[in-house]
Parts: sequence; C-alpha cells; structure tokens
Amino acid sequence: MGRITLEGVTKSFDDTKVIHGADLEIEDGKFVVFVGPSGCGKTTLLRLIAGLEDVSGGRILIDGNDVTRLAPAKRGLSMVFQSYALYPHMSVRRNIAFGLKMARMPKDEIERRVAHAAGILNLTDYLERRPGQLSGGQRQRVAIGRAIVREPKGFLFDEPLSNLDAALRVQMRLEVTRLQKQLKTTAVYVTHDQVEAMTMADEIVVLRAGRIEQVGTPLELYQRPANVFVAGFIGSPRMNLFEGPVATRNGTTTLGVRPEHLRVQPGDAVAPDGGEAWGGTVIQAEHLGSDTFVYVDVPGIGTLDARSTGELRVQVGDTVTLLPDMHQLHRFDAQQLAMA
Amino acid sequence: MARRTPVPRLVLTSVVAWTVGLVIFFPILWMLLTSFKTEIAAFSSSPSFLFFHWTTENYAAVWTRSNYLEYAWNSVVISLGSTLVALAISVPAAWSMAFSPTRRTRGILMWMLSTKMLPPVGVLVPIYLLYRDAGLLDTKLGLVIVLCLSNLPIMVWLLFNYFKDIPKDILEAARMDGATIGKEIIYILAPMSVPGIASALLLNVILAWNEAFWSLNLTSSHAAPLTAFIASYASPEGLFWAKLSAASTMAIAPILVLGWFCQKQLVRGLTFGAVK
Amino acid sequence: MATQQTQKLARILIAPSIILLLLWMIVPLAMTAWFSALNYNLLNPVKTFAGLGNYRYFLSNPAFLSSLLNTLVLVGAVLAITAFFGVLIALLLDQVIVGRRVVRLMLIAPFFVMPTVSALIWKNLLMNPVSGLLAWLWRLFGQTPVDWFTQVPMLSIILIVAWQWLPFAVLILLTALQSLDQEQQEAALMDGAGAFDRFFHLTLPHLARPLSIVILIETIFLLTVFAEIYVTTGGGPGVQTTNLAYLIYSQALLQYDVGAASAGGLIAVVLANIAAIFLMRIVGKNLET
Repeated sequence: MGRITLEGVTKSFDDTKVIHGADLEIEDGKFVVFVGPSGCGKTTLLRLIAGLEDVSGGRILIDGNDVTRLAPAKRGLSMVFQSYALYPHMSVRRNIAFGLKMARMPKDEIERRVAHAAGILNLTDYLERRPGQLSGGQRQRVAIGRAIVREPKGFLFDEPLSNLDAALRVQMRLEVTRLQKQLKTTAVYVTHDQVEAMTMADEIVVLRAGRIEQVGTPLELYQRPANVFVAGFIGSPRMNLFEGPVATRNGTTTLGVRPEHLRVQPGDAVAPDGGEAWGGTVIQAEHLGSDTFVYVDVPGIGTLDARSTGELRVQVGDTVTLLPDMHQLHRFDAQQLAMA
Repeated sequence: MARRTPVPRLVLTSVVAWTVGLVIFFPILWMLLTSFKTEIAAFSSSPSFLFFHWTTENYAAVWTRSNYLEYAWNSVVISLGSTLVALAISVPAAWSMAFSPTRRTRGILMWMLSTKMLPPVGVLVPIYLLYRDAGLLDTKLGLVIVLCLSNLPIMVWLLFNYFKDIPKDILEAARMDGATIGKEIIYILAPMSVPGIASALLLNVILAWNEAFWSLNLTSSHAAPLTAFIASYASPEGLFWAKLSAASTMAIAPILVLGWFCQKQLVRGLTFGAVK
Repeated sequence: MATQQTQKLARILIAPSIILLLLWMIVPLAMTAWFSALNYNLLNPVKTFAGLGNYRYFLSNPAFLSSLLNTLVLVGAVLAITAFFGVLIALLLDQVIVGRRVVRLMLIAPFFVMPTVSALIWKNLLMNPVSGLLAWLWRLFGQTPVDWFTQVPMLSIILIVAWQWLPFAVLILLTALQSLDQEQQEAALMDGAGAFDRFFHLTLPHLARPLSIVILIETIFLLTVFAEIYVTTGGGPGVQTTNLAYLIYSQALLQYDVGAASAGGLIAVVLANIAAIFLMRIVGKNLET
C-alpha cells in the first residue's frame, strides 16, 4: 500500500512562500509525475513528501497516517536523487545494502534482497565495484536498486534521468516505468521535461510558481488543458496561442490551436462554412521526412506553427493558407481559464 | 598538449631551482652535518663539509644525559592529545556549518578565525595564574587544553572547507536510508572526508609539535616538550654546538619525515583549504 | 535548508566549539582587564586599585613605542620577503625541472622546523661571528665577518623568521599556479601577449587570492613571534629586538608586574583587533566562504 495525500501543504523559505497550499491525492500504485518549469516548486514538494524539509503548514498523510512530523526514514519512502548520491567509498553491494543495514535487518535477508535487486537491474556482475568505476546508466541503476531493496511504500524520483545522454535517457525511461509496473509501487517523479512526463505518467501534476495548475492523465492534459499555461506547457511542438481580432471573432480572449490541427494548403484558399482560413507567408520550413513543420507569418495573428505530412512541398516565401480544425480549437477567457 | 620544454631551458631552470632549494635547505643540512662532528670540529672557524671525523657520540650524549625520551614523549602526548580532542569537537561543528548553514554561519566562522588573532600574550597572565591555582602548570593536560583551544579555529575552518565540497545529496540519501546524524557522520561523512581529516590532523600535529610560546611559559621540567628542551640549549651550556645539533635533529626529525611523507595531504591543510 | 530537527541538532553540535572558544576568549580577557586596573605584583601579595595607572605607565614606557615599531618592522619585513621571493620561487618551481619532487621537499623543510631549533641553528651555526658559516663565507671574500646579533639584531631575527615562513608562501602560491587555466594562457599567447604581459595581466591577478591568504595567515602568526627572540637575543641588545609579545612577557614573568603586563596585554589585543579588522576587510573580499 502507498497512498499519499497532501492537505493544504504550504512551504516558506524565510519570508518567501514557495508552495501555496497544495492539495493532492496520489493513489496506491500510480506513477505520478510532477512537471513544471524550473523554480515552480516541484522538487520542494517532493522533498516535503520525503521529509527532507519541514512543511510550513498543512498535512501529509501516507495510507491515512499523518507523517507530517515524522523523520524521513520513518515514512517508508525511498528516493532516487538527481545526482544519484551514491556513497563513493562503498561498493555497489554496500550501497544497496546500506538502508537495510541501518534498519538492522538480518544478514541473510539483506543478502537475499540485494541479490534479488541486482538481478532485476542487471547489476549482479558489478556488485563489488565502486560507483566511480561505473557508467552513468549503471550508477542510475544502483541508485534505483538502493531505492527498491527497502520495499518502500513509495518511490520518490528527483529528475533522475537529467544527467544521462539522450539515447540512454529514452532507454532508462522505459526501464523505470516497466520496473514500477512490475513492482506496483507508488511512484512520484519530478521532471521539467514534459516529454518524460507524457511518456511515463499515469497521472501528471502540472505546477507553476508553487501552485498546482492541473492534475490529470497525459491525454486529458493534452486534449483539455485547464488554462493557457498548461496548454502552452504540455505538447511538443508547443500549441499556437494568440490573442487579437481572430480570437475575439471566435468569442474568446485567447485562442489556441495545436500544430497538427492546422492544415496547410499552398496558395490562397477560401474558408469553409463555419470555419476559418488564415493566409500567410512561409518564413521557415523544416522537412524532417516523416513530418514537415511550417512556420507561417499570418497578418493579424502572428507566427503560427503547423505540422503537415512529409510530402508537403513549400518553400520560404511561399504563400499558403492555414485551415484549422474547428473542433480542436482551445478557447480561453480573460482569466486565461479554459472555456467549457 | 603542452610543448616539450627545450633542453637548454630545462637545464637552466633545473640548475637555478636546485640552487635555490639547496640554499633554503642548507641550514638543516648543516645542522645534520654538525651533529656528526666532534665539538672541536663544530666550533672550528674553518668549516669542513664532508671530510671530518664522523662520530655519533653527540647523539649518545644527548640520549643518555638529558632524558631526551621524556621530552619526546611529552611532545607526542601533547601534540596528539590536543589534536584528537580538537578533532572531536570540530567535526560536529564543521558538519553543522557545512550542511545546516544559517545566515550567521559566515559570521561565526569569521569570529572563530578571529579568536586566532588574539595574541597569546594578551591572555598569558590570567592563563598562567589560573593554571597556577588549578595545579595545571607544568602538566601535559594543561598544555593539551591550551593547544587544543588555540588550534580549534583552524581545525574547524579546515574541516568546514572540506565538508562544504561534499554533495549534500549523499547525506540526504543516507538520511532517507534511515541513518541518524551520528551514523551519517560515522558511516558516510567521515570515510568520505578521510583526506580532509588527515590533512587537518597533520597540520595540527605539526603546529602543536612546534608550538613554543605556551610550551615555554607554562612548563618547566615535568611536561616540557621538545621545543622547551631545545630552548634550554640557549643558555651558556648550549655552547656545545654539536650536541645542540644532535638534539635539534632528533627534535625535528619525526615531524620532518612525517611532513615529507604526507606532502600531498599537507598541501591541502597548509593552504587552509582556501586554494584548490 | 533542512528540517527543524536537523537544524536543532546542528545548533547543538556547533555549541561546544562556540562555548569553548567564547570561554577561551572572554574569561582570560576579562581577567586581563581586571588585573590591568590593579597594582599587582606576584612578589607582593597586596593588591591595590590603580585606575589607569598601569596604562599610563605602560604607554609612557619608551620601550613600548619601540616594541610597537619592532613588531611592525618584523611583520612587514617578513611579509615583504616571503611574498616577493614566494612568487619568484613558485614561478620557478612551476617550470619543468629535473627532480622537482626533491627540490620541493628541500624547499618546504624549514616549515617543519620548530622555532627554537631554527633560531638556535641560525644563531650558533650560521651567524656566529667567529665560527659561523656566514663568517667563514665573509672571510672567503676578504670581508670582515658581521657580528649579526650585535650589529644588526633585528635583521637577524627577520632573516630567521622569513626563512621559516618562505616555504609556506611558496607552497600556497605554487598550488595556485598549478590551477592556472592553461587555455587562458594559450589564448593570450595567440593574442600575441609576451611573457611579461602574461605575468602581469593573467598570472599576477590569479595570485591575488592566494597572496591575500598568505598575508592573512602569516600576519596571525607573525604578530606573536616569541620563541625566536626568547632563545636568541632575549629582546636585546637594549630593547632593539623586543616586540610587543616579548615586552609583555618580560613585564609579567621576568618582572612579575602583573598589572602593567595586563595593561600591555590589553593594548596588544586592541592593536591586534585593529590589524584584524583591517586585514579581514582587505582579505575578506578574496575569501568567499
């Protein structure tokens, strides 16, 4: 079991408030990702759950028990740090076993669990090495091994993949999610990379400036962003967001349309019934083979990014018309909130 | 890759460097040579550098006549004792400042260092009188206390400088793993800081071994360390230069050898952790 | 940042150091201040109140002014010598040298020699006007040997102390030089900077921080030079080599005048504090913690 509940959690450093009353319910076995730009408070929130920082207000519950004042080790959570934080003077075996040793577990049980974890993580051949002799990916696995041997109620990950190179990151992304599904242990994962959030999460929590902006499954956030910030933050390439006469014409303050919902038509075109047609000039075209991204300067709107198939042949300076899918327009009011 | 140094330049710099090194080292070398001379040769106004009658009689004389071992033992006890006590007090303090700093940490550190600026003469009289009344004059314990306190700021400073380079994450990981602060220091911080602690230890042992002000003023016969023992050669009796040289050689040899062997660790300590 | 629990623990762990150092500072200082207001001689059990008498006595003592001057001369001269030659020797050692390790061993050796030993070795084996090696060297060139401790007592002390502290300066500066950015040097080379330009515009600024550390730490120790004077000149001839530390020592433990010695001690503390503030201000900028 590992249900984590935050009730009105706040945190201030000196006089600066960094978390403004977070309420959150993390269900047992779920993979939850905290995502947001740097400085949004996601790491602080994770450290509050871990017990490495005191909350300034509110409560933290694990399986219904109030752990707000409990020392980190007594909360039954384990953490994987961004820097891995391996003990450099200990072998891989002793690194993984350290937590169990601190818990005064019998030797043979420690032995068994370390062997088991090493087996899962392909570390069996490296148990006698020091962290300094391992590659980045292996160190990462040791850090994960250290977290899983304690059989915690929940894993806390603090940007664990950000120090790996791109290829390894994709691979580890898969391994971490596969492992979590296999162990069925609750995981809270912090990242600033929305792609990581989209691919790994059962549920995403988007944070900005110490506030939770939206909670939902990846597709919910993608298809129904609650406000302009989430709309702009989730999705790559970014959603086109603009204000002005065209937005007003559609009854909104801010209008949003994702690049894949803009059809690119060379030359001039007429708006279909009840639809829009925005003519403009291509200022850049990126031909990726599978896709083509076209940046179009539209008078009265600005630069719009459109995604088209690889077959589209346009060049800089061409005149094109963008035809938005009217069912996929995102409308936001003056408070930047999504309109029903 | 840097270019190879041209040979003429290599020869020139090497010759100059060796000359400078030998000039600086010469007084010690000369002392060593003199310690193997007869008193008459040592006092001769036309010095001989290698071709003299080599003798070890001075060492034998110093060894048997003046309780060299007793003084040496005092030096060992006092320097090691004061260093170990200072270590025990300063490790927790440095941990605290490095890993749980507050707005006052910098100020506290500066204040600690400034106590080292307090000239010992300023407090010589009260310490002397306090020691007299407490029966600490001429005791090893008395010197251990005084040297421990006077070197404590340097110890804290050195350890703090070393600790603050250790990633906080690792200590937090230990905390997540269930280690208490004590276990965190013993199992994680201390083993990771072996080089730093070693250099702090070494520097303090050397400073305490060579300390002269308190040693001369607070001891007379029972607890006098080697610094005081050598100072007794300043009196007219010390006109025996070969014996003075032998005694001096024996007094500095342990620290000199220790210092040479532990050069790497020492450099860090010597630079007080401030130059990387 | 951390939890209140660890912060509380941190306060407890630092407490012994702070309390001990406070005691070490305040108790003796308070006693010194109290004694300085008394007519107090160890040979005379009767203590009477003296007001500022001791200060008047100490400050008007001609030996005081000369001891102050001697202290400044000693500190200043040793700092200048060690800093100047320290830079030169460090630059030399930074070159490629055959047997650099051995040269380094020889150069740092004086730092490990206890002050009483180095003072006596210099005084008797090197500076003795009859049988000292320097006298022999002088005669070798047809000169009259110098009677060091009679003719130039202060210079002799300065030489001994500078010899002890030169290795310290060399080591710190050399360590700093070895961390000098090689690419920066190469970039300057590409820019056509000559050896002198590189030294004054790149190397010397890089040495500012280590030099300030050398000055700070040496000053701490040089202000209280004692043993070297104690075993060589005993402050003489006259008061020519009496620095403040030695003056107070002789007032207290040779003349048993606790009152005057305490007044002197307090004056020394005040002066050291002025020097400390001055130093911290200059050096503080270079000493980011």
